[in-house]
Amino acid sequence: MQAETALGRVGLWFLIMLAALAAAVGAADSGFAAHATIIALVAFVMIWMSASRFDPVGKAQGFFQMPEGPSRYDDDPIRWGVIATMFWGLAGLLAGVFIASQLAFPWLNIEPYLNFGRLRPLHTSAVIFAFGGNALLATSFYVVQRTCRTQLAFPGLARFVFWGYQLFIVLAATGYLLGVTQSKEYAEPEWYVDLWLTIVWVAYFVVFVGTLAKRKEPHIYVANWFYLAFIITIAMLHIVNNLAVPVSFLGAKSYNAFAGVQDALTQWWYGHNAVGFFLTAGFLAMMYYFVPKQAERPVYSYRLSIIHFWSLIFLYIWAGPHHLHYTALPDWAQTLGMVFSIMLWMPSWGGMINGLMTLNGAWDKVRTDPIIRMMVMALAFYGMSTFEGPMLSIKSVNSLSHYTDWTIGHVHSGALGWNGMITFACMYFLVPRLWKRQRMYSLRMINWHFWLAALGIVFYAASMWVAGIQQGLMWREYGPDGYLVWSFADSVAAMFPMYVMRTVGGLMYLGGAIIMTYNIWMTLAGKLREEKPLRDAAYDPQADRPIVNQPSAVPAE
Amino acid sequence: MSFYETLRHFADSYALVLMLALFVGLCAWPFRPGASKRNQAAATLIFEGQDDGE
Repeated sequence: MQAETALGRVGLWFLIMLAALAAAVGAADSGFAAHATIIALVAFVMIWMSASRFDPVGKAQGFFQMPEGPSRYDDDPIRWGVIATMFWGLAGLLAGVFIASQLAFPWLNIEPYLNFGRLRPLHTSAVIFAFGGNALLATSFYVVQRTCRTQLAFPGLARFVFWGYQLFIVLAATGYLLGVTQSKEYAEPEWYVDLWLTIVWVAYFVVFVGTLAKRKEPHIYVANWFYLAFIITIAMLHIVNNLAVPVSFLGAKSYNAFAGVQDALTQWWYGHNAVGFFLTAGFLAMMYYFVPKQAERPVYSYRLSIIHFWSLIFLYIWAGPHHLHYTALPDWAQTLGMVFSIMLWMPSWGGMINGLMTLNGAWDKVRTDPIIRMMVMALAFYGMSTFEGPMLSIKSVNSLSHYTDWTIGHVHSGALGWNGMITFACMYFLVPRLWKRQRMYSLRMINWHFWLAALGIVFYAASMWVAGIQQGLMWREYGPDGYLVWSFADSVAAMFPMYVMRTVGGLMYLGGAIIMTYNIWMTLAGKLREEKPLRDAAYDPQADRPIVNQPSAVPAE
Repeated sequence: MSFYETLRHFADSYALVLMLALFVGLCAWPFRPGASKRNQAAATLIFEGQDDGE
C-alpha cells in the first residue's frame, strides 16, 4: 500500500477511536459505555493493522489478503467463516448446556451477569445468528461463486461483511450479559447495534447481488434464489421490527415504534419469519447445493425445487400470528396464521422429499458416507419439525402446548436436527476443499459426531415432549370442587427429571461438536488419521466366479 | 370509507387475485413446454468445471 493511503487509513481509524472514547466518557449508561469502549478497541487494532499493512513494494498481503487474480475463487472470507462457525457453535452450545443446567439446578444462576435471563438470549443469538449466520455467510459466498463461475464481487466489501458481522455478534453478546436489551425475542440488540447490522446487511446484499450480476453461467442456480430470499427478507424484517426511538444518542435505551398488540404482531411477524427465512430458506439453499454435490447426483426434481421456493415465499410470511393464539390479537388474524401454517406443511415436505430423493439410486451412501448420513438425518428432522410445527399451530393443540416445554422441544428438533446437522455436513464438505486437503482428518470421528448428535437430539426432544404435555395437562386440570388441582410451582417441581435428561442430551450434542472441532483442527494442521475404512466387507473378485465343471481326468487307454 | 377500509378492500379483492395469479403462474412456469431440457441443464450445472478447488 502507498504511504499516503496508509497514513489516511490510520488517521481515519484514529478519529473513530477518539469519537468512540468520547462516546464512552459521555455515555448515559454503563452498557453504552462498554460498547463504545469495544468500538475504541477495535479502532485501535485497526490503526495498528493499517500501519503494519504499509508496504512500500505495494503488495497487499497479510490479514485482509485480497484474491490474487480473477482466475481464482475468493475463498478467504469463506475460510474465516468456517472457523467462526465452529467457534460460535461451541460458544452457543456451551451456553445452551449451561442454561439447561440452570433450569434443573437453580443455584447455577450467578447474579447478575450469568443469570438465566441474560444467558438465554446469549444462547439463542449465539446459535442462530453467530453459528447459523456465519455458516450462511460462508456457504453463500462459496455457492454463489461456484454456481456463477465467477469471483466474488467487491472483495473489500465482502471482508467488511465478515468482520462487521463479527463485531455485531460481539456487541450483541456483551450487551446481553451487561443487561442491554430491547426485550424482543431474537431481536434483543438495542438501536445502535441494529443500525450497525443494517449497514453490514446492505453490504452483504450488494456483494451477493454484485456476484450474481457478473455471473458467467446464464442460469441462476436455485440455491442462490433461496440465499437471495433469505438476505432480502431478513433485511425487511430486521428494519421494521427494530423501528425504535432512542432516549439519548449516547445511551443504550430506546422505545419501540409500536405498542400493545401491534407490537406483538410485528414482533412475531419478525420472529416467525426469522425462522422461515434465516433458519429455513438460507439452510435450504445449503441443502440444494451441498446434498447434490456430496451425493454426486443432481437434485431429484428441479421443477419441485422451484415450486418449493415460491410456495415457501408466498406462504411463510403469513404464519407469524400462530405465536399469538388466545391473546389480544383479533381472532381472524389468529385463524389466518393457523391456516397458513398448516398450508406450509406441503411445500416443506415437498422440499424434504426433493432432498431425500436426490439419493435415489445411491442409498448405499447413507451406509458408507457419514456426511451423507448427516444430510439425510438433517432432512428427516426438517420433515419432522415442519410436520410438528403446523400441528402445534392448530388452536386446539396450541391451547395445550403453548407456553410449555413442548415448544422448546419442537424448536430444538428443528435447530439441532435440521440446522445443526446440515451445517455440520456442509462444514465437513467445505474444510478439505478450502484448505486443499485430501479428506477430513478422520471419517470415523464424523461418524462419532453423527451418533452423539443424533442420540443427544433424541434425549432432548423426547424429554421435552413429556415435559411439555405434562405441564399442559397439569395447568388445565380441575378437581371436582372446580379449582385447579396444581399450582404453577408444582408443575415446575415435576419437571426436574426431564430437565436433567435434556441437559444430558445437550451435553451429548456439545460433545459431538467438540469432536468436530478437533477433527477440523487436525485437518487444518494437515494430518490424516490412519484408520480402518468405514466400509470393509471383504470382496475377492477372484473367488467371485461360478463353478465350471472341470473335465474329469481321462483314464489312460 | 376510511383509509384503512379502502386498503383493506383492495387487499381482499384485487391484491388477493393478483397474488394468487402470480403464485400459480410462477409455479406453472417450469412446466411450460420445452422447459424440461432447461431444468435438466440447470440441475446439472453444479457439476461442471473444476469448481471444488480454488
